[in-house]
Amino acid sequence: MTFMQETSVGASRSLGEPIVEITNVDKWFGSNHVLRDVSLIVRQGEVVVLCGRSGSGKSTLLRCIDHLETIDGGSIRACGNKMGYRENLGGKRVELSDGKAAQQRREMGMVFQSFNLFPHLTVLKNITVSPMRILKIPRVQAEADARELLAKVGLPEKEEAFPSQLSGGQQQRVAIARALAMKPKVMLFDEPTSALDPEMISEVLDVMIELSRLGMTMIVVTHEMGFARAAADRVLLMHDGQIVEEAEPEEFFNNPKSNHARLFLSKILQH
Amino acid sequence: MGWSWDHFFRFMVSEYMLLGVWTTIWLATVAMTLGVILGVIIAFMKMSSYWILQRIAVAFIWLWRGTPLLIQMVIIYTVLPKVGLKFGVIESAIIALTLHEGAYFAEIVRAGISAVNKGQTDASKALGMAWPQRMWYVIIPQATRVIIPPMGNQFNLMIKTTSLASVISMEELFRRTQQLAQIEFKVLEAYLCAACWYLLMTTIWGEIQKRLEAHYDKPFGPVSDKKLPTRTGVQSNDSPGQV
Ligand SMILES: Nc1ncnc2c1ncn2[C@@H]1O[C@H](COP(=O)(O)OP(=O)(O)OP(=O)(O)O)[C@@H](O)[C@H]1O
Ligand SMILES: [Mg+2]
Repeated sequence: MTFMQETSVGASRSLGEPIVEITNVDKWFGSNHVLRDVSLIVRQGEVVVLCGRSGSGKSTLLRCIDHLETIDGGSIRACGNKMGYRENLGGKRVELSDGKAAQQRREMGMVFQSFNLFPHLTVLKNITVSPMRILKIPRVQAEADARELLAKVGLPEKEEAFPSQLSGGQQQRVAIARALAMKPKVMLFDEPTSALDPEMISEVLDVMIELSRLGMTMIVVTHEMGFARAAADRVLLMHDGQIVEEAEPEEFFNNPKSNHARLFLSKILQH
Repeated sequence: MGWSWDHFFRFMVSEYMLLGVWTTIWLATVAMTLGVILGVIIAFMKMSSYWILQRIAVAFIWLWRGTPLLIQMVIIYTVLPKVGLKFGVIESAIIALTLHEGAYFAEIVRAGISAVNKGQTDASKALGMAWPQRMWYVIIPQATRVIIPPMGNQFNLMIKTTSLASVISMEELFRRTQQLAQIEFKVLEAYLCAACWYLLMTTIWGEIQKRLEAHYDKPFGPVSDKKLPTRTGVQSNDSPGQV
């Protein structure tokens, strides 16, 4: 896998202002306390890898950042917006309308484990639908941009294909291109390679590494430690709804501080 | 009174019967169109987060699916005028068919929309689409694929169900058949002629429905070499255990 040989780009990057600020967030699903007082600051241009065992709350945290889930306490600022909520005159937290929340989400891109391409649209239309319908970019322009993105993710010849005609790795690269078409300031990835056959994983990770090189701010839930080594500035470990360890990649892998981290590393290194 | 081919063929192409056929076609089409519109409205009411709209939708479906169309038609035509709401024959037939079928369509539409994968909503939200855009560009086109087969079957039923409008003296195919049978004393020929016309109409509709289904299935690939996403990625049909 080519990305393994890459030298780490994470450490050399200069980081900007905070762009995602998660402050004391609590999230419940019924009686299940899924996020416990989580705080995290991600700076512009930073690549953060989030790992942890199944059910530890990684997806939930990512979905809360994009306000795909409501939160029960704390607050999330991203790209200059207070995500999903405002304060009313009495100082009480009120959820924003669907339209307002939609506007906030335009600043961020999200890539899902199961790709979630629109199966009824061609690859090109998958990418152009939101720039055209939301940002009102003219068709010619949107399609030119989309072709450029397809070339970047290595799929220049697939624009007329339907998602059902692509392999998993190709679908995920289209999904990345689709998210990038909205010119997001932050990209969120939720286990983008864990639904892929092993031989397709690197083609997706290569695209993500390239993206990190170009200075994209990324929060990536993944267990691909090769990616973490190659691109991450920081690795975070989640356990039972809390961030229990946080370190630069080499430090995280070579010198884990907590028991949780040692246990987690011993589990994934077995594979 | 033996069977008369001569009468049968004359009935088949008589202007009287052809006009009945035409009336049946447009009555079914108009009621279908209005019924679908109503069904979509009721379906969205039932799925809305407003309690009152949900209740109205549930009550509507309960009422119009729970009583016979025949009785609904008679009530609209003969009872409502007594409270000052007077509808002509054609209006009464259209109203009754629309309300009755709309209740069925509402459930079909709702089922179709709920069948669309939850991930599609997540993805379209994450791209910044608000509710109307998510519905129009993402959810409804995919729901349509699910909705068309049951909706098509419902239209097949509708073509035949319009015959009930004969009880309020709507001059559609069935009523004209009854009248022709009485005037000409050729009961068997007249009814067989009507049966042939209904069969022809439903057969043609069946062909149209097939094409519509094929059109909406096209993006999903031919079933034989469809690649099914699985937990471990994408499997093609040559691996065992896949349909
Ligand atoms: N929609 C939901 N309704 C109820 N409970 C949920 C929901 N989504 C997640 N949960 C619960 O919240 C907890 C955290 O789930 P989450 O999906 O965030 O974990 P994860 O770290 O992403 O795990 P995985 O590695 O399996 O994806 C789990 O206990 C899960 O069962
Ligand atoms: Mg998850």
